[in-house]
Amino acid sequence: MGVTLSEAAAKHVAGFIAKRGKGIGIRLGVKTSGCSGMAYKLEFADSSEPDDIVFDSHGLKVLVDPKSLPYLDGTELDFTREGLNEGFKFINPNVKDECGCGESFHV
Amino acid sequence: MALLQLSEPGQSTAPHQHRLAVGIDLGTTNSLVATVRSGMAVVINDELGRSLLPSVVRYPASGPLEVGFSAQSHQSLDPKNTLVSVKRFMGRGLKDIAHIESMPYDFIEAEGMIKLKTAQGVKNPVEVSADILRALRERAELALGGALTGAVITVPAYFDDAQRQATKDAARLAGLSVLRLLNEPTAAAIAYGLDNAAEGIYAVYDLGGGTFDISILKLSKGVFQVLSTGGDSALGGDDFDHRVFCWIGEQAELSPVSLGDARLLQMRAREAKEYLTQHGEAPITAKLSTGEFVDLKLTSEIFTEITRTLVQKTLGPTRKALRDAGLAPEDIKGVVMVGGATRMPQVQHAVEAFFGKEPLNNLDPDKVVALGAAIQANLLAGNRASGDDWLLLDVIPLSLGIETMGGLVEKIIPRNSTIPVARAQEFTTFKDGQTALALQVVQGERELVSDCRSLARFELRGIPPMVAGAARIRVTFQVDADGLLSVTAREQTTGHESRVEVKPSYGLNDDEVTSMLKDGYTHASDDAFRRALREAQVEAQRLVEAVQSALKEDVHLLSTLERVHIDSCLTKLQSVLLGDDRRAIDGALDALSKGTAEFAARRMNQGVRRALAGRKVDEVNL
Repeated sequence: MGVTLSEAAAKHVAGFIAKRGKGIGIRLGVKTSGCSGMAYKLEFADSSEPDDIVFDSHGLKVLVDPKSLPYLDGTELDFTREGLNEGFKFINPNVKDECGCGESFHV
Repeated sequence: MALLQLSEPGQSTAPHQHRLAVGIDLGTTNSLVATVRSGMAVVINDELGRSLLPSVVRYPASGPLEVGFSAQSHQSLDPKNTLVSVKRFMGRGLKDIAHIESMPYDFIEAEGMIKLKTAQGVKNPVEVSADILRALRERAELALGGALTGAVITVPAYFDDAQRQATKDAARLAGLSVLRLLNEPTAAAIAYGLDNAAEGIYAVYDLGGGTFDISILKLSKGVFQVLSTGGDSALGGDDFDHRVFCWIGEQAELSPVSLGDARLLQMRAREAKEYLTQHGEAPITAKLSTGEFVDLKLTSEIFTEITRTLVQKTLGPTRKALRDAGLAPEDIKGVVMVGGATRMPQVQHAVEAFFGKEPLNNLDPDKVVALGAAIQANLLAGNRASGDDWLLLDVIPLSLGIETMGGLVEKIIPRNSTIPVARAQEFTTFKDGQTALALQVVQGERELVSDCRSLARFELRGIPPMVAGAARIRVTFQVDADGLLSVTAREQTTGHESRVEVKPSYGLNDDEVTSMLKDGYTHASDDAFRRALREAQVEAQRLVEAVQSALKEDVHLLSTLERVHIDSCLTKLQSVLLGDDRRAIDGALDALSKGTAEFAARRMNQGVRRALAGRKVDEVNL
């Protein structure tokens, strides 16, 4: 299982990191907040923590902390365009329910 | 579900807590909106993938208002209700605007700012700008999927406070919260500086649709400092169009054309100008409502020739800005080109020749300002990455000073001073026994108070009675990092103090804000003459009062003949005092001062005698 990037997501992540000029990869995580229990965390990663689980997807490092992994296992991060908006989307098989806007979820 | 963006480490936003911020380049001809997505500044396009929004608003007789391309397409059909380049009218009165006779609008001269009559009622430039900003806001909210936290809006570097205030008002009307107004060249520097991390002194040459700005910036270790600015608020790409428009009129031997035709030809002129950027010659064809045909060819040689004076006009302010910064063209490491009009080859060549180096144009000159504004907005909204704590130093766009005798301005903080700044200067009393001093704080480049804008008035009381010129009053101007000005006046012997705080952008009522100071650049020699005249008048007034008070006290020191001579000189000076013949004033002043020299000497001797009378030599402290 683990966490993967779609091809589109990998392409954009690589582009953003190159443009930013630093970073070893990206960090995915969850935190407890939001209207439906959990919220996603999606950040550039400048360093890895000792406990991080590191996945390799399309040559990019995806870091996940051990507490978040159970909620994210099997997730694919995708990049899509919806109208004028474009951005990343978590395709997470663990999610049973999410709030109307989809910014928070629970398992 | 909502789409997420990559955040800086530790900066992930909580759900519904997105700090969506945009940068807006509210241009004369075109406007843009940009934002930072996943650490990258990008311009937000509309549904059809177009980045520019023409700064055109149409208020049709029926139907909703139109903004942008749809409004622009109606320019020649509905010229009266289709408003273009309103940025030129922001905070301006009728007399401030060039080529007003060739504009197809129904202007209404209102107090301070002009208004325009349209089929949907009278609109002022602030409302029209607000409609443009609203369209950009809607585009951004659609693209970002939420309400905006705030926006950074760019303004030309030497927009004065009334024009800046008008821009802020427009943003408020459009439902935008303004994080900061940012000078356009500074925004361009942010876009270049951060993306390319190039240190050194740069010139930003910004030839937009309606304004020309030149700014000298210093970029070092991520710190931006504006060393000097200058420009011409009524020179831009529109003027190049206008030259071509006039050329078409001459070549085609057109009699005065209708409003619709004028607009059509102006559009053809602009198209030809843009076409010449890539091509050697541009065809101009148009069918007028009179049935006349226009069929011309504009070559780039002719175009260069008819616009040569316009290009030259940009170099004057450029030299001045360099002089203000104490630099020569060879000190400039690079020249940043901003504004669509800098695409014109003759402009590129002129700039290259002036600075002796090829100008930088690796970012799109139309987008660079919006991108820089977006980066700044992103930071101000709190989406700051650690280690990204660069500082932006701003400058005072117009000099600050106080009124002195005769309605003259004494500048205390010169324009282009970086803030925060504090400057002090000593003043004195003008009349014997004067116990209070009224201070008027003014802003502007002109020499007379009446031509500058008054920011505040306050009084210093409790000055001990002394002879004129003996009191020492220290006036301190302090501008903090937020642009807040405080002025303190302190009488040095007693320590009496009085102060006032002014927020140049807010401390004024609307009438004062809109009653604009005029452009100081075009009035320099006129002002110098008026200043000299006013100085002579003040000096004459001072002498008249001194002689009158001396006569009251010591008239016994004069013979009748001497008295008659002094009186006649005095009358002569008083009669020319209020006129505007400076030579007459100087002459009469000279005559009176010569005529009273002997009298003054006798008074001095009498004073010394009195002081020494009945005292031994060793008691007198020499």
